[in-house]
Amino acid sequence: MDLIGQQLAYASSLENAPTKKEHRPSSGIATEENRKQKKINSQEIMLSVRDLEVSFKTFGGEVQAIRGVSFDLYKGETLAVVGESGCGKSVTANTIMGLIPQPPGRIRNGEVLFKNQDLTKLNKKALREIQGVDISMIFQDPMTALNPTLKIGEQLMEGLRTHHKVSREEAKRKAIEMLTLVGISNPEERLKQYPHQFSGGMRQRIVIAIALICEPELLIADEPTTALDVTIQAQILELFEEIQRKTGVGIILITHDLGVVAKIADRIAVMYAGKIIEIGNKREIFYDPQHPYTQGLLNSVPRLDLQEEELKPIEGTPPDLFAPPEGCPFAARCPFAMEVCERVYPATTQLTTQHTVDCWLQDPRAKAVLS
Amino acid sequence: MPLYILKRFIMMIVTVLIIATLTFVLMRAIPGSPFDEERTSNPTIQANLEKFYKLDQPMPIQYLNYLKSIVTFDYGPSIKKPNESVNTLLARGFPISFELGMATIIVAVISGIILGTFAALRHNGIIDYGAMTFAVVGISIPNFVLATLLIQQVAVNWHLLPPATWSSPKHMILPVIALATGPTAIIARLTRASMLEVLTQDYIKMARAKGLSPFRIVARHALRNALMPVVTIMGTMLAGILTGTFVIEKIFAIPGMGKYFVESINNRDYPVIMGSTVFYSAFLVFMLFLVDIVYGFLDPRIKLHKKEGEV
Repeated sequence: MDLIGQQLAYASSLENAPTKKEHRPSSGIATEENRKQKKINSQEIMLSVRDLEVSFKTFGGEVQAIRGVSFDLYKGETLAVVGESGCGKSVTANTIMGLIPQPPGRIRNGEVLFKNQDLTKLNKKALREIQGVDISMIFQDPMTALNPTLKIGEQLMEGLRTHHKVSREEAKRKAIEMLTLVGISNPEERLKQYPHQFSGGMRQRIVIAIALICEPELLIADEPTTALDVTIQAQILELFEEIQRKTGVGIILITHDLGVVAKIADRIAVMYAGKIIEIGNKREIFYDPQHPYTQGLLNSVPRLDLQEEELKPIEGTPPDLFAPPEGCPFAARCPFAMEVCERVYPATTQLTTQHTVDCWLQDPRAKAVLS
Repeated sequence: MPLYILKRFIMMIVTVLIIATLTFVLMRAIPGSPFDEERTSNPTIQANLEKFYKLDQPMPIQYLNYLKSIVTFDYGPSIKKPNESVNTLLARGFPISFELGMATIIVAVISGIILGTFAALRHNGIIDYGAMTFAVVGISIPNFVLATLLIQQVAVNWHLLPPATWSSPKHMILPVIALATGPTAIIARLTRASMLEVLTQDYIKMARAKGLSPFRIVARHALRNALMPVVTIMGTMLAGILTGTFVIEKIFAIPGMGKYFVESINNRDYPVIMGSTVFYSAFLVFMLFLVDIVYGFLDPRIKLHKKEGEV
């Protein structure tokens, strides 16, 4: 497709967004999604991130890893944060979790509101009362996330015993309960084993059990399936869904795998160059993406139902975050870039109650010009 | 496990046997005899003496006698001090050397690990630079130079501590400092390096995400993993410290094994040389064995044995 054609197709999609829907996948998700959507709409915000800016000092200068990220998380929902490597997904997760080493890291601006407290302003001791208790984290690589020299029972129980002064027997009972929840058989014997005696998938289950043992309200999963086999990935994702059903925990899922997102996310935030450029519920992002970057991201995923079409990579590379561009960071790679895109960062446009996008094409003023 | 220990035990015996044989061959290869200094003695007396110590017999027979003495742990009397057996010399000297060596290793391990850990935790901070400067200086200064400096300053000029001998805990301080500085520096550097590596591991981040206290993270999650390289060099370091005690004992006039050992070599006092060499090598080999066992405790992934069904 040539550029003009693309632009035309795009322009028409602006007018009548659902045209693209026909060849977007599966219908089964939609009904389930509707059910979930209702549930979430009626619920309150549990975590609110506002204008977060985080940078890191390096020898080459200051890297602006996150440049003003805002989003809300509702109780019991799964928010997926997607984007390519280096877009600030993990930094966002680590900032919420209070794991940014300072220095070299620096929270320049913004707040992370959780239970009426700003987590970025808490002292270390107060933060430790929240880490692992109210907010837990799951790491990418289960092969390295467990301490090789400690029995998994000890690693499971220590968080519980640090935060809630429970007896050893009580902690052990809870540990066995958690291992059962994440689907590990013979939990009692398994407690006495070391991480190297488990397979990768089993270890990730243990990591999840450790994260859940204090019954947190929020679970941050930083690429929890990236290091796993595809078959194990599916199992772990199902485990997430099951756990959310049972415990009602809110999940922030950091990933670059859109397949994972399609499976378990309720809402999706797309990050690019340290900013959330589009956020909406799953259907809106998958069927009706409005930011050219989101569209490019979806086009670059292999599709089984469209055999003839070649993969369309997004040309170019993300901008240098040592000196991020003043305007839209995607402008240099965007097929629809206008002059204004390179000069001024677009304001956030509210498309539906949940769907917002940072793009000049969607700005009410720009839209008038196009039509 | 028992099978492993048995195997290691047999290997230990073979090692000691090889050391003993080498010592025997080397000592006899050096020209001279125990009776060189006694110029007055006439050939008959010399012959009688040699007969008494069985030095007149052919070498293979002497070697067999020597092996027998090792097995029975009876090296007979010293040649230079005929009224004392090698065993009494060992019983008198070794405990003192052992005390000095152990005090040194304990001081070196504890202070080295603490220094290295703090240096790593305050990476590129003042403590880090201070500790590493100390480490470079500590590694560079030979212990006998440090010993004489300490005696001159602390004992002679400032009268703070006794300069020599071995009679009270106070007497231990200077020799232990002299002997422990080098090993402390080495352990501090090693601990720092491996600690820095361990602190970047995911499981440390995970421990922080659990909301554990910094002390608990370091003590329980980091240190154990960071100590592997330290344990590795402990074996050779122990050998260095034990032989190092000989020089330090001489400087501080400590009546340990060092004195007898050095004298016995100068005098070609064969029974003492053999006895102490075999005893020391057996001791060292045993220490190395203990180090291997400690590995298994520190890191469960290192299997000292193979159970059925495990890889």
